[in-house]
Amino acid sequence: MTVTDAPIDNGVNVAALIEARTALTEQPAAAEFKWRATSTWQRGTHSHAVVEGFSGLGGEQSHRRAFTFDLDHPEVFASEDNGATPVEYVLVALAGCLSAGVASVAQLREIQLRSVKATVEGDMDILGILGGDPEVRNGFQDIRVHFDIDADASPADIEALVAQSQKRSAVYDIITNPTNVTVRTN
Amino acid sequence: MRTEAVIIGAGHAGLAMSSRLTDRSIDHVVLERGGVANSWRTERWPGMRLLTPNWQTRLPGAAYHGPDPDGYQRAAEVADLLAGYAARIGAPVRAGTTVTALRARSPGYEVITDQGARHARAVVIATGACNRPALPDAAMDVPPPVKSLTPLSYSGPGQLPDGGVLVVGGSATGVQLADEIHRSGRPVTLAVGEQVRLPRVYRGRDIFWWLESAGILGQRYDQLADVARARHLPSPQLVGTPERRTLDLNTLRAIGVRIVGRLGRIGDGVAQFSGGLANLCALADLKMNRALDAFDAWAQDSGTDENLPRPHRFEPTHVEAQPVLTLNLARSQIRTVIWATGYRPDYSWLDIPVTGRNGLIRHDGGVVTAAPGLYLLGMPVLRRRASTYIHGAVPDTAELSDHLRGYLAGGQHPRARPVMPAQLSSG
Repeated sequence: MTVTDAPIDNGVNVAALIEARTALTEQPAAAEFKWRATSTWQRGTHSHAVVEGFSGLGGEQSHRRAFTFDLDHPEVFASEDNGATPVEYVLVALAGCLSAGVASVAQLREIQLRSVKATVEGDMDILGILGGDPEVRNGFQDIRVHFDIDADASPADIEALVAQSQKRSAVYDIITNPTNVTVRTN
Repeated sequence: MRTEAVIIGAGHAGLAMSSRLTDRSIDHVVLERGGVANSWRTERWPGMRLLTPNWQTRLPGAAYHGPDPDGYQRAAEVADLLAGYAARIGAPVRAGTTVTALRARSPGYEVITDQGARHARAVVIATGACNRPALPDAAMDVPPPVKSLTPLSYSGPGQLPDGGVLVVGGSATGVQLADEIHRSGRPVTLAVGEQVRLPRVYRGRDIFWWLESAGILGQRYDQLADVARARHLPSPQLVGTPERRTLDLNTLRAIGVRIVGRLGRIGDGVAQFSGGLANLCALADLKMNRALDAFDAWAQDSGTDENLPRPHRFEPTHVEAQPVLTLNLARSQIRTVIWATGYRPDYSWLDIPVTGRNGLIRHDGGVVTAAPGLYLLGMPVLRRRASTYIHGAVPDTAELSDHLRGYLAGGQHPRARPVMPAQLSSG
């Protein structure tokens, strides 16, 4: 921790988060959130997805505007490359979730961040998704995240920051632990 | 039958409270479903020893005076110690008496037992935190003929079939069972999630000497930033042996135990483990190093530094580049699963609405505020971090018995006040 004149500001309102945690511990039903996305197939492997509404704090909520996404496969997959692949969205999600965690924990620990860059790489044997080898899984064999962080803190403190961000990351949990997924039709 | 107070449970906490009530001339009985120290005698495996050294095993009016202050007592020895203590203090124990229901009945409580009912104005629940195993959902999916055991049903490696064993849980129990079972010739896979790592000895002193001397064990529940988390921590990866050896994931790996991540689910005979093992090990190392930093700072500030070997740090926890994520139990020849996944208290007999969402009694440092006259003892971090260990009952019972006395005398129902240090001597 350094002594500076200006207060540490990474732009995270930790006071609000801590207040929310205290309030929700007393009202656990309000802590039940549902996140949603809807997608509409376009053509080939191209889909268009929209995220706008979600529910939580006892009612329906909405983002400030609808966020839209194109998902597709690249030309080497004999596709048209109208958007990033779904698995790349997962890597994006992991980077975003961990980075948000780094910023929040840094704010809480009064560490001023100057820059945070996350590079994510996932190994995949596509014989899995092509059905060419039953021993090969569809998903990633391995995912690696590399953080490049410039902050007012020692290397040890930065490592601790990154370790803590994984501990409280939703996407890290989703990827590393089993989750039930139920798919129904009509 | 009427008494002023009833204590439920003749373990270390119930007996310590009995000693305090007797000192304060408060008429009471101690109801115990078995014999004194029932859990120690009947619900612990033979090899189990305390994590805390003998010199730290204190009770009100009793301290260790034996020949091995740095040793660690076995469960059976603790049971003998408590039986001797109960006799010495003349604790009014009613053994073989099982409480089947506790309900409010003005002006106090009705305690229904299999030996009749009693009425008391105050009741102290000292039944302990470890009545039943806490099992994850996956425990229901262990495929026959794989055997499932918990620490409460485990009696030693000899009880197990030959072949591999999956130990679930990286707590003190988990690492101890993984160690003794692997050494018996049964290959162990240990699945670990959140864990607490500590060395047995640091700079020549037992880790519990550091925890007590540096003031960690004395930290109060109402001074902790996150008391719920502190109460939920698994026990540290330690064992009590004459050699005072360290037992952590590195030493287990060195003898051939396979370490995998937290068990997620078991489906179609396949166990799935988390891919987050490296992070949880890194967090445990960080937490240990923060504790050692605090110890070193205290040693320097208190001038204790000069008499001790120099500070140092331990090898980080080694984790394979790609730990196993799935295990087909049959194909891996795993014949037994041991669930070292923690315990839950059993409050099925408690007919008063004082438990929260997680089934635990809601309390303020042992005072059950929703039920005046009702008290709780012997839970992790009840009033201090030390409450998790036997000697924590010394200050806990001093303070709570004062509160109970005030309550019986018709006073207000304030929080139990901390007792001045001078009053905490074990003499």
